[in-house]
Amino acid sequence: MPTSLVQRCNPVLALYVALAIGAACGLPFLRVSPNRLLSGEPVYLWDVLLQHGSPLVYVLMLDIAVLLCIAVWQPKGRTTQAWVVLAMAAGLSGVWLLASHFATSATQAENPFSRTALGAGFWALCAMAWMIALDAIDRLQLTTLRRLLVQIALLLPLLLSLNEGQHLSIAKEYANQSDIFVPAILRHLQIVWSAVVPALVIGLLLAWRMTQTQSLRQALFPVLNVIQTIPSIALFGLLMAPLAWMAVQLPALGHAGISGVGIAPAVIALFMYALLPIVRSALAGLEQVPAEAVHAARAMGMSSRQLLRQVELPLALPVLLIGLRTAVVQTTGLAAISALVGAGGLGQIMFDGLFSAANELVILGVIPIVLLAMLADTFFKVLSSLINARPQ
Amino acid sequence: MIRFEHTRKLYDGAAAITDLNLDIQQGELLVLLGPSGSGKSTVLKMVNRMVSHDGGHIFFNGQDINSFNVQDLRRRMGYAIQSVGLFPHRTVAQNIATVPKLLGWDAHRVQARVSELLKLLALDPEPYASRYPHQLSGGQQQRVGVARAMAADPDVLLMDEPFGALDPVTRAALQLSLKKIHRATSKTILFVTHDIDEALLLATRIVLLNQGRIAQVGTPLELLQQPANDFVADFLGRADLGLKQLSLRSIAPHIQAIQGTEPIYAIAYTATLREAISQMATLHVSSLSVTDAAGTVIGQVRAADLLENQHA
Amino acid sequence: MPESHSRQIPKSNYWANPLVWSLAALLLLAYGLPYSQPLFAALFPDLLRPVYLQEPMATLMWQHMGLVLLSSSLAVIIATLAGLATISETGRAFKPLMETLAAMGQTFPPVAILAVAVPAVGFGELPALMALSIFGVLPVLQGTLAGLASVPSPVMDSARAMGMRPRQILVEVQMPLAFPFWLAGVRTSVVVNIGTAAIASTVGAKTLGLPIIVGLSGFNTAYVLQGAMMVGLLAIAADLAFDRLAFVLQANGALAVKDQA
Repeated sequence: MPTSLVQRCNPVLALYVALAIGAACGLPFLRVSPNRLLSGEPVYLWDVLLQHGSPLVYVLMLDIAVLLCIAVWQPKGRTTQAWVVLAMAAGLSGVWLLASHFATSATQAENPFSRTALGAGFWALCAMAWMIALDAIDRLQLTTLRRLLVQIALLLPLLLSLNEGQHLSIAKEYANQSDIFVPAILRHLQIVWSAVVPALVIGLLLAWRMTQTQSLRQALFPVLNVIQTIPSIALFGLLMAPLAWMAVQLPALGHAGISGVGIAPAVIALFMYALLPIVRSALAGLEQVPAEAVHAARAMGMSSRQLLRQVELPLALPVLLIGLRTAVVQTTGLAAISALVGAGGLGQIMFDGLFSAANELVILGVIPIVLLAMLADTFFKVLSSLINARPQ
Repeated sequence: MIRFEHTRKLYDGAAAITDLNLDIQQGELLVLLGPSGSGKSTVLKMVNRMVSHDGGHIFFNGQDINSFNVQDLRRRMGYAIQSVGLFPHRTVAQNIATVPKLLGWDAHRVQARVSELLKLLALDPEPYASRYPHQLSGGQQQRVGVARAMAADPDVLLMDEPFGALDPVTRAALQLSLKKIHRATSKTILFVTHDIDEALLLATRIVLLNQGRIAQVGTPLELLQQPANDFVADFLGRADLGLKQLSLRSIAPHIQAIQGTEPIYAIAYTATLREAISQMATLHVSSLSVTDAAGTVIGQVRAADLLENQHA
Repeated sequence: MPESHSRQIPKSNYWANPLVWSLAALLLLAYGLPYSQPLFAALFPDLLRPVYLQEPMATLMWQHMGLVLLSSSLAVIIATLAGLATISETGRAFKPLMETLAAMGQTFPPVAILAVAVPAVGFGELPALMALSIFGVLPVLQGTLAGLASVPSPVMDSARAMGMRPRQILVEVQMPLAFPFWLAGVRTSVVVNIGTAAIASTVGAKTLGLPIIVGLSGFNTAYVLQGAMMVGLLAIAADLAFDRLAFVLQANGALAVKDQA
């Protein structure tokens, strides 16, 4: 049976290219405004190219265009895909450099207060470049670790050229707020850590007890499920009043930093949310430990605790890791909302930006949160694959 | 009815089936036998175009199968597989009724056919017709699978190791059921298996495949008595060739008149050589008297005679 | 080994049903809030205004539900069509992309999309609607894909071998078998959207999050509590309603229900 056209070429890449072209033509690449208060005038990609395009840039763009066309029609070759990855790495830093040069020249021109903001077109082009690169990496069919390295290498040219963008409004905003960034990240991590570690310890204990007492399982799971259903903002809110009341009754708590606002309701709520995935996966993991292994261990004279530590936990670990991954990623995302109750962290930066209509600040808050979540997800995925690869 | 002409199949450039030429007659139960990887499932699946062939031709009733509309072709063939594949969200009756409904039969005719088939496969329509697959045992599910394959009275039944996943007792029962159905309906059946004993029991003809080529085609007895080459002999169990033949031959030609004392133990005249020798070994005797359908003794068989070639 | 599934719907035992209780509590709080002045004044003696009266809570509730319903409907339509498209010849090429997107729904915090929608389209109901629709697509897409993958391959093989046309297989085999997973995806999407819609009050949408936000900025814990209770009850009621729906559908047919616990 002859392979159809669709099977031979790469329709996904074709879609990405079409979207990228649409974004480049239809969405503003940058927005320029004379000062911080006025909203920006859209500047499109071709305007930027006309002003700053050198022959080198045009040649590069043509090369990339030809390469992508080839990749659409003949996706089978690994060399083609490798070239696509390189091209996208260049493309990512290329659009950044274009935007940066435009911003630099705009600032150095007449108005030192002019703001050059990155427009929807810029972000769309970056997103498309990223997706095209991911598709190409997929087709290269690498092992998990190599794929990760390539993904990081993809960003290297961009990271190296970050400095060029110092006159873009997003960089200026960062410069203004740079001293609160690292503390915010640390605070965010502190919140996640303070919620997940107790959840892990208590969750494991609960799951272990549940394997022995059926009634505990039947009583506790509905409660955990209900908690998971309640939206985070509601749970934070529900905890505020009782905690505030407790802080009033016992001033010692207030001195320790536990009150109705701040980190206390956040960590308690996040702890409760993290319990369900951890307990559920720990239970599933413990239950799939083969009964023969437990039997043999008991016959060897192991106590319950030794049994747990030496036999059950190692065998339950792969499943547990999946639940832990869910818990950490979920908590990282939810911690952003806890900024509303005064817990600080990266969510604080995001909401500050929202409330003061500073778009750059919003983006500066959102990107680290998303990156942290993706980082945590990848970390646990790699950990899982390492553990599963090890002969048991 | 089905004819393969120089049929070829390639997987990733390597030949899975090479130059297959086979003529399948109407009414026979042809067993495709062979070790794993021999291509027997592939051959079966090429008939109803679940797998496409890369070279040569396959004819169904004289017409090239590629000239049919594929769904029309498949509706004329029943298909039963090892994992059955019953629709879990439909009752037994609804499962069996699938192809008849596709062909537009009216409800009355469909219902009658469902009951008929359930009875044929030893499942009482009363409780079973409205049960769901997950409420049935493995053997019952496979019976429904066979019923479903036969529902629209197809020209040919394609069966891909249908009894492979069942326990020996259920498997034996289903094999006997299939043999009875084949005798009653004279349907053309193409049956894939790697189990020699199953092949020897069911087949009217066996096609033994080896790495995509036919090693031998013939009746079970022909394969056992005249294996074409070493592969055939080894596959059928070189050391057991003789023993296996025993279950295919009847004691009838070896019955003699009783001379001397009548043997204490009796055996029916329909028994196979295998059954007779097995009885003798169990009872530690070397002769048995033979009874007819009514139970009257009509002669005897002796161990020595059973093992010798019959004269005249 | 034959098993028998027999779960009977409990006979009209309305008073023991948690769904009824949560709906009752929700409506009581929504419409009865103005009359609860003495209760909240007693609980929060230090507050001047212990009851949120700036907008009728019931109105906020209906607006909240409207936003969730609209965005979820859009999301379900888009996600289901996208998921089903992966079956076809052309669509199969897009399957890895869909799977990546669906998996992203579990790493990506929904609040991020909400925040990013503002620089794009400004404040108000529109960014909320956009963000909720976009994010709502992901769990439904996950459910659709998981449902399609759950159809056992022997079943698909039998269906093809019997001569069913691709569209017949889709409608008669794949969709009924995928349904429980799909429904679980819709359930997750709606419940998460209820929460995100509350947070959308920070970008100017008038939903049940408004009392919470107003309470937080004005240090009025009573407002926060009232808003939080409404949002919590709404989410619980929605989840229970889906649970009930799945239960009813299972009792009426042989659909195996996916376990949530």
